Amino acid sequence: MSATFVGMPAFPEAAREALADSQLRYNLAHATGTIRDKRAKVVAEVDDWEDLRVAGAAVKETALRDLERHLVRLEETLTANGATVHWARDAAEANAIVAAIAKDHAAEEVVKVKSMVTQEIGLNEALAEEGIAAWETDLAELIVQLGDDLPSHILVPAIHRNRAEIREIFMSKMAAAGRPAPDDLSDEPAVLAAAAREHLREKFLRAKVGVSGANFAVAESGTLVVVESEGNGRMCLTLPEVLVSVVGIEKVVSRWEELDPLLRLLPRSSTGERMNPYTSTWSGVTPGDGPQEVHVVLLDNGRTRALADEVGRQALRCIRCSACLNVCPVYERTGGHAYGSVYPGPIGAILNPLLKGVGHDDQVDSLPYASSLCGACFEVCPVRIDIPAVLVDQRAQVVDAHRNGVPKPEAAAMKGAAYVFGRSSRLAGLERLTGIGLGLARRVGIAAWTGARDLPDTPKESFRAWWRRTDGGRRKEHGDD
Amino acid sequence: MRVALMVTCINEALYPRTGQAVVRLLRRLGVEVDFPQAQTCCGQPMVNTGYLDEAVPAVRTFVEAFAGYDAVVSPSGSCTGSARHQHSIVARRSGDADLEAAVADLAPKVYELSEFLVDVLGVTDVGAYYPHRVTYHPTCHSLRMLGVGDRPRRLLESVRGLTLVDLPGADQCCGFGGTFAVKNADTSIAMGADKARHIKETGAEMVVAGDNSCLTHIGGVLSRQRSGVRPVHLAEILASTEATVDEAAEVDAGADAEGAAR
Repeated sequence: MSATFVGMPAFPEAAREALADSQLRYNLAHATGTIRDKRAKVVAEVDDWEDLRVAGAAVKETALRDLERHLVRLEETLTANGATVHWARDAAEANAIVAAIAKDHAAEEVVKVKSMVTQEIGLNEALAEEGIAAWETDLAELIVQLGDDLPSHILVPAIHRNRAEIREIFMSKMAAAGRPAPDDLSDEPAVLAAAAREHLREKFLRAKVGVSGANFAVAESGTLVVVESEGNGRMCLTLPEVLVSVVGIEKVVSRWEELDPLLRLLPRSSTGERMNPYTSTWSGVTPGDGPQEVHVVLLDNGRTRALADEVGRQALRCIRCSACLNVCPVYERTGGHAYGSVYPGPIGAILNPLLKGVGHDDQVDSLPYASSLCGACFEVCPVRIDIPAVLVDQRAQVVDAHRNGVPKPEAAAMKGAAYVFGRSSRLAGLERLTGIGLGLARRVGIAAWTGARDLPDTPKESFRAWWRRTDGGRRKEHGDD
Repeated sequence: MRVALMVTCINEALYPRTGQAVVRLLRRLGVEVDFPQAQTCCGQPMVNTGYLDEAVPAVRTFVEAFAGYDAVVSPSGSCTGSARHQHSIVARRSGDADLEAAVADLAPKVYELSEFLVDVLGVTDVGAYYPHRVTYHPTCHSLRMLGVGDRPRRLLESVRGLTLVDLPGADQCCGFGGTFAVKNADTSIAMGADKARHIKETGAEMVVAGDNSCLTHIGGVLSRQRSGVRPVHLAEILASTEATVDEAAEVDAGADAEGAAR
């Protein structure tokens, strides 16, 4: 696995590789099963969970409906608080802004708070091209970065790795990135965490520039919020002289009180904890305390495109909890890399097509089909994103985008089905051929179906024929002629 | 009450016994069910694959076939879900206001079998007899799209002679998912294999569900593994009585004798 999602194959092909990896399958089934159970337990503790979901969805939906006003307000309040606000239309603009700030301070390295949005724009790679080293400080992100690997989960990016693999990565890669791992490193989780802590501490104390994303941005107070489990993010947010926060425009909420349902929904949905251990908030610059220069980059990168999608816009409510990944039977078996994006699983299957648009990339177009539409994702989503409905809508958009091209066999088959299902007489005619069709299929082999599944036996007569022959069973079934 | 059977295209072509079981069962419960000949398919295969325009004729045929009935009963959670939740999307897209209105009128009258029995007829004991050890797989669309809850379980628990055993990971998808089974065959089969493993763990003779589409997939995997566990539709168990069980035993005995004589 090389450390880029660029040029990934379409989902079915990428999934095949993961399905054949029994270690990966075991790691994933074990990890998602554990988080799933934890989540279910702490969610069951909340009597008004459904009301909370509705409230969380409403907060995000209201903010999205009036996004422009909230963003302008956010810019005003942040500026008044002493922060500098930048606007970025796409990844290239955002990366250039962050690189310019780092260069202004002659920084050769930056420390990073775990952030999905900076991965989405490929910030680390862009900074590396400018000669700036970006260090991930979240434990799991550190494992991925040191291993020259790709994240495979929103919350637990190294979920596909077990502790023996992590020990190997630390032993062989830490030295080149800074403080080496101790010679007697074992694969005990506490020992591995201690090694990471020693390694990262040097970087926290040395770096002049910190880079973060934000879980939420409050318009009325100009406050950014990061929730985390380890406290490493807080180190990055408070120790460097300069802080740059890259924030997707969908992160804004109107008022401080509106954080209430969101901060209650997020930890239970994501880590299965009642509350996350660290919640950091910052509002611009406070003289003599924390970073003395604060920049906020407000990023679009496809979000206005998603916002314009009547059905799909609800995906922008996502608070990146990853509950949908942990319950998804497809994700559990294929892992995150198969989705070819930093946003894997059910939410990734709708978010990528929404942000990037469909009809021009086979990999993106394959994602809305990477689901059996079982609906487990919608059931657990804390902000009630109807992922199955969006998947179906995205599929329709994929099909529509290809309507003018050379029709695929599938499109021809669907046209045929439309004709047959338009009249029962046509269907009845076809049923006489069903037996022949299935027999032939059995002989020739519909490879995709019969690879590991038998076909059912064909009945002697269809239901329709039985109904006609027996008048719906009113005439005696046996010997009635 | 005018009740229509929506048998579904897969049952019509591949599982006529399921449709016959619904007819037998409802008639036993005093409901005369009609089979509108004009019905074809609910259109779900097209909708779920993204071919919304191609689903319009199916939805149009659906509302024409079932208009005027007080209730439409279907032995499929998936197809019921399609009629209830997807037809409106197709109708809206067609731009035909009459079709949209017809869908809005009809959709709430479409019931999955267990819903119809429990909610409309108000019965959980349908007088069935089925002396077998079975495990129940709640299909995703009946579980989540319709929310049938414990209705199928309550119906099964009232069947005399039946032993119902819990299925581990019951609420996990079997991996069928319509065209997903072909488009993402490897993933589908991996999911099906896990489902089959859980089913075998129960030691049940049969796996029962309310959707023959899912059972085709699950049964296909179980059959390939020579597991000996058979897929059975809920309707066939509920329609079964002492008389039909005896009849089936006679048929089996006859087949055995024939085999032995050969």
